[in-house]
Order: sequence, then structure tokens, then C-alpha cells
Amino acid sequence: MKKLILSTAALALTAGMALAGSHATTVRMGTEGAYPPYNFINDNGEVDGFERELGDELCKRAELTCEWVTNEWDSIIPNLVSGNYDTIIAGMSITDEREEVIDFTQNYIPPASSAYVGLSADADITGVIAAQTATIQAGYVAETGATLLEFATPDETVAAVRNGEADAVFADKDFLAPIAAESGGELVMLDADVQLGGGVGLGLRESDTELKAKFDTAITSMKADGTLNTMILKWFGADAATY
Amino acid sequence: MFNSCADPASLEGLSWLLCYLTTGKHMLFYGSFLVVIALMLITAPTALLFGFGGAMAARSHLLPLRWLGKAYTSMVRGIPDIAFFLFVPFALDQGFEYLRHKVKCPDWDTPVRQGNDFVVCAQAKLPLSSSPQWMHEAYGFSLAVLAFAVVFGAFAANVIYGAMQAVPRSQMETAEAYGMSRRQAFWRILVPQMWVFALPGLSNLWMILIKATPLLFLLGVEDIVYWARELGGSKTSAYAYPHPDWRLWYFIGLLAFYLSLTKLSELVLTRLTRRLSHGQATMAGEAQRRTA
Repeated sequence: MKKLILSTAALALTAGMALAGSHATTVRMGTEGAYPPYNFINDNGEVDGFERELGDELCKRAELTCEWVTNEWDSIIPNLVSGNYDTIIAGMSITDEREEVIDFTQNYIPPASSAYVGLSADADITGVIAAQTATIQAGYVAETGATLLEFATPDETVAAVRNGEADAVFADKDFLAPIAAESGGELVMLDADVQLGGGVGLGLRESDTELKAKFDTAITSMKADGTLNTMILKWFGADAATY
Repeated sequence: MFNSCADPASLEGLSWLLCYLTTGKHMLFYGSFLVVIALMLITAPTALLFGFGGAMAARSHLLPLRWLGKAYTSMVRGIPDIAFFLFVPFALDQGFEYLRHKVKCPDWDTPVRQGNDFVVCAQAKLPLSSSPQWMHEAYGFSLAVLAFAVVFGAFAANVIYGAMQAVPRSQMETAEAYGMSRRQAFWRILVPQMWVFALPGLSNLWMILIKATPLLFLLGVEDIVYWARELGGSKTSAYAYPHPDWRLWYFIGLLAFYLSLTKLSELVLTRLTRRLSHGQATMAGEAQRRTA
């Protein structure tokens, strides 16, 4: 009887440890799911895009089990710090303001251009400019003195130009390029690129230093063997900036 | 879904539309209608319970309980819904996790609040990070139900309180004259008669609840408005079914859904009013008696 109790106790203990072990390795990846080709929800209803492929590869290299979650852009930082998911992987540029609240890994996309898209090549970039709320582009437009028109989703910023509400939209060039190219001449990329931010990195809680180190190592290894460059070229086209 | 949909680029016209409307993403959209209906069907009785409790507390003879009832109704009614919805689920979630943290990880030495971060031990997470996604969604959904029930319960409490006051005093006096205790008079005389007075107010609340369901979206539950916006937005060739901005059509669909839902509710509520008026000492009840 004593032996039975002992072995059940031992079993319970190991089971408990195994359970604790599995907790530690499930990382919830938070993304927006509305910013193709960075991240979007594909027609099967799953998260897809450059960041999905990258994130899965990073998790494989860091030996983590990852689960994908989508969250509104507006509340993506508050939900990270309150622990609803563990990383932000949503095309988020590394900026000083964000560094005060969360931590970033090293960048996985080099500092890239932001661009304007309007209905014609002579659209007024000092007029009404649409940008997504709480992005570096929105901050920049506010500084240039143009009238800023903010929207919750990237798609709405483009729609605002199409229906004449805004003169132009200001966003990451990699996001706007396919939209302008496939609009059949309706939308035109303006020749006024701006360099903003310190590249795109993974956002993490400041207290999560261990996880940050793991992702940093994985990104370094992907930069070293060239797989990151291949991935960038695959999703953003041959003109994209690489490492 | 269909075999013919394997290569969307080669499809045209109706077959394209058929395949488009049966993608996995559209299935999630259709599923979210059920989520919204489930939310209403679960929230309404819960809110009614909160309201009944609040009204009973507000009528209580114990002063602290009366204060509690009054404070609940006036505080919740005074706060804008959006502020409430942004605050309460967050606070509830962190509150639950904090309590679990205290119970499950007593020897945890780092603080729970570290700068901006809210950090509890992995075993205290609600739901656990390792639980499947549907559990996270179910948890978010129940937080939403709770938040809705608290808000609508406060309004319902006021309506029910008023309805209880509206029952003629003579009814209660007669019950007491027959020797019923206060409790008996409350449950046998007051409660059955008050519903007819409460119904106009409660039916208003039901209509407002239907229209408030898009607030779900604020709580991170992927409801019909989320999917309509997501599916309707213009799509580049990064997607299998590229299309221009179709949000108008999706939102017209939502309009039709909400209108038919409110119309249906009106029909049901009218019938309910007629039934509840039956045999009541009200004008409607009297009119029914005369025609019969």
C-alpha cells in the first residue's frame, strides 16, 4: 500500500513537471492579420503572410511551440503587456516611444521606405493624408503639417483615398506597392518616399528577457544563413531591402 | 469546400462566387452569426438575474443591501458603455489571474506588476498559454457575457424596481389581510403582477442589447462586424479571391440581419405582452376581459 502511494505521488509529481514544462514552451504570437503581405488572414481563415512564415521558422529554430492569435492594432500593445499573448509580430517598426513600453528584438526587416499613394501623380501630400492610427506614419504626417486622417485598419486608409475622402494614403511602401500595382491605374505611387523607424522587430514584454534572447538568436541565425533574405524577396519582391 | 474550387484563378462568374462564398474564412463569418445570437440568448437571462437581484436589493429593508442595490444601478448606468467595456473585462481578467496566482504560486518572489507588464506565473494564466485556441475564445466570450450582463442588469434592475413599485398597493394589502407573510406576498402577488409593468422597459433593453452586440468586437471576440469588415475590404492577389472594396454589400447583409432580428423580437414581445396582460388589473387586461 505504501509503495502504491509512493509511486502515485511520484507519478503525479512527474506529470506535474511535464505539464509545467509544456506551459513554458507555448508561445502565443500576436498579430494584426490585416496588413498584406506582412500578415493577413487567408481564405481559409488562417494567419498567413511573410510574418507567419518567418514566425514559424523562428519558433522551429528556438524550439518553441507557437500559437497564432490576432488582435486589433489599436490594442495590440496593451494586450501584450497584460499577458494575453507573448509576442507582437505585426510589421511593427522599432521606435523610441514603443521602446518605453515594450522591448524589441533586433530587426527582421531592415529600415524600409514609407510611401504616399494618391489618385494621380500630382496629389497634394500637404493636404488630407490618411494613415493608420498609432503607426509611425501617422506620427510623421502629424509632424509634416498635413491634415491627418486616422483609421483603425490599413484597408480603410486606402479606401479613403479611393472615395476621395483623403488626397493620399501614407503607409509602408511594401504594403502599398501591390495595391497600387493591381488597381488598374486608379491609384498611383507618388515619388516622395520617406525613411522612417529602425526596421521591424518582434515586440515582447520588458520582463520577458529570456524569450527575447531566444528570438534574437534565431533571427541572427536566419540572417547568417541567408534564409531571411530569401523570405523577404519572396514576399516583398525583388526590389525589397535585404541584409 | 467543393472540388471545383481547387484553383480559384481559373473560375468565373457564378462558380467563382459560389467558391468565394464557401471559403474557410466565410464559414467563420457565418459561424460568427451564431456567436452573436448565442451571446444574446445567454446574456438576456443573466442580465435579468442581475436586474432582479439589483431590484430586490434596492427594495431591501437592510440598509447596506439597499445601498448596494442603488449604488450598482446608478454607477453602472452613469458610465458610458464603451468605457465600461474597455475597462471591466481587462480588470476582471487580471483580477482572476491575480487570485489564481496567489493560490497556485505562493512562493513566487518577483512582483506581479513590473513597469507596464502584468506578469503572473504560467500556471495562473487564464486560460493556460498551452490550452487550445478555442478555450481562449470561449474565455473571452464569457468575459463579454459577464460585462454585458452587468451593464444591462443595471438597467433591468431599474426597470424591475419601477415595475415592482407600480403594482397597486392594495394588492399587497389584500395579500397581507389574507395572512400571507411578506415573503409569500412578494413571490405570489407582487412578482407575477410586476412583469406586465416591466415588459415595455425590458423589451426596450432587449432591442438595445441586439444593437449593442457589435461592441463584442471591442472585446476581441471576432463577431459579424469584424468579419464583414475583414472580408469586405479590398483584396490584392496575395489572397486567392482578389476583389475591390465590397464592404457595402457585407454591411447591407448585416443591416438585413439586424432588421429581421428586431422585427422577429417585436412579434414575440407583442405576443408576450398580450399573454401577460391576461387577467391583470390593468387597462389591457380589462380590455381582454371585455372582449372575451
